[in-house]
Amino acid sequence: MKPAPFSYLRPTSLAEAVQALSADPDAKVLAGGQSLVPLLSMRLAAPSTIVDINGLTGLSDIEVGDDGVRVGALVRHADLLAHDGVRRSQPLVPLALAHVAHATIRNRGTTVGSLVHADAAAEMPAVLALLGGSVEVVGSAGARTIDADDLVVGPLETSLAHDEIAVSAWFPALAPGAGVAFDEIARRQGDYALCGVAVLVEGDSVRASYVSVSDVPVVVDLSGVADDDLGDAAVAALDPADDIHATAAYRAQLVRVLTRRVVAAAREGADRR
Amino acid sequence: MSETLHELRLVVNGVTHDLRVPARRLLSDALRQDLGLTGTHVGCEHGVCGACTVLLDGRPVRACLLFAVSAVGCEVTTVEGLTNPDGSLGPVQQAFLECHGLQCGFCTPGFLTTITAGLRDNPAPTHEEAREMVAGNLCRCTGYQNIVRAVERAAELS
Repeated sequence: MKPAPFSYLRPTSLAEAVQALSADPDAKVLAGGQSLVPLLSMRLAAPSTIVDINGLTGLSDIEVGDDGVRVGALVRHADLLAHDGVRRSQPLVPLALAHVAHATIRNRGTTVGSLVHADAAAEMPAVLALLGGSVEVVGSAGARTIDADDLVVGPLETSLAHDEIAVSAWFPALAPGAGVAFDEIARRQGDYALCGVAVLVEGDSVRASYVSVSDVPVVVDLSGVADDDLGDAAVAALDPADDIHATAAYRAQLVRVLTRRVVAAAREGADRR
Repeated sequence: MSETLHELRLVVNGVTHDLRVPARRLLSDALRQDLGLTGTHVGCEHGVCGACTVLLDGRPVRACLLFAVSAVGCEVTTVEGLTNPDGSLGPVQQAFLECHGLQCGFCTPGFLTTITAGLRDNPAPTHEEAREMVAGNLCRCTGYQNIVRAVERAAELS
């Protein structure tokens, strides 16, 4: 339960960090480390170099504009969750963040890090996919924006090149008259969800995004589906699998129950705006 | 090939320490092995049990999910730093004593640090909030009831 030896670099500029990644094809970026360090300790990962980006400046900002929220790569979940401007601009962000691990983990873990860790059992990749957000990355070829749809290419795998570092994420604001809601079932508050659902209702459009029921984030279009059929329509679009925590049948039941519940909550939210 | 050692300065409970450790030294191990502060306990070593929770610039974090080299420039508070200035038990420690909030004591340091910061942010938690405050810490002895009581008692004492 101790990490294997690695070279440790703590660059003070983004260019230096990108250079460090370019120099070692086996290097890994360390931000909050709340997913990476357990992988290292269990020796499921043993990169030869760790590039600690916690010394970089300019990546700790939360910027709230009229059209959305930009979150720097070193913003901790806890700070994003507590930000009033974020709550007003896109309430789905704090609604989901409240379910991201325990408060102690949220104090260190970063939201952008969670996005590029690309775990389909994590809340924030599902939220980014539902909202149609994006991630800004910088690499040796320059900067580019990756849309949420193009971000996750497989379980725990993103479309970032090896020498690219995610520097910020973009969550679009909630449109007037639109509504969002989030809920999940876990064994304890803060544990990995057995099933989680985020919903965005915008006029006649009803879309839902799922946590822990697929290998990659999946957004299901439920527009025009009668209320009584929402659960079955969602299950038909997903293919929940068995694991040690829940059977596929139980997960499908959670999808049915939570989809109805969360769609209703999002509609209520839309009516109040 | 010998492993590269990093020279670093850590401030723990207000005391400055200089140490030479490999980059892979977890903060939990640095506290226990290099600094002799064995009050911080190491349970699961992958961020699940909460026994190693310390305060980093006042906020609870898992010491097993942090490298000592990453804690440079931060103020670390361990369970040894939770006593009153005169050496008597701090309010959370006193509440655990009064409410029998521990049995074997292995998980206790993580609860004490977590609750100390939790009550600073929320000095008058509801019963539900008191339960959620300790949801990230595992205890295999008590069944949690007395720990939740200790949170509520500590809120009275603070």
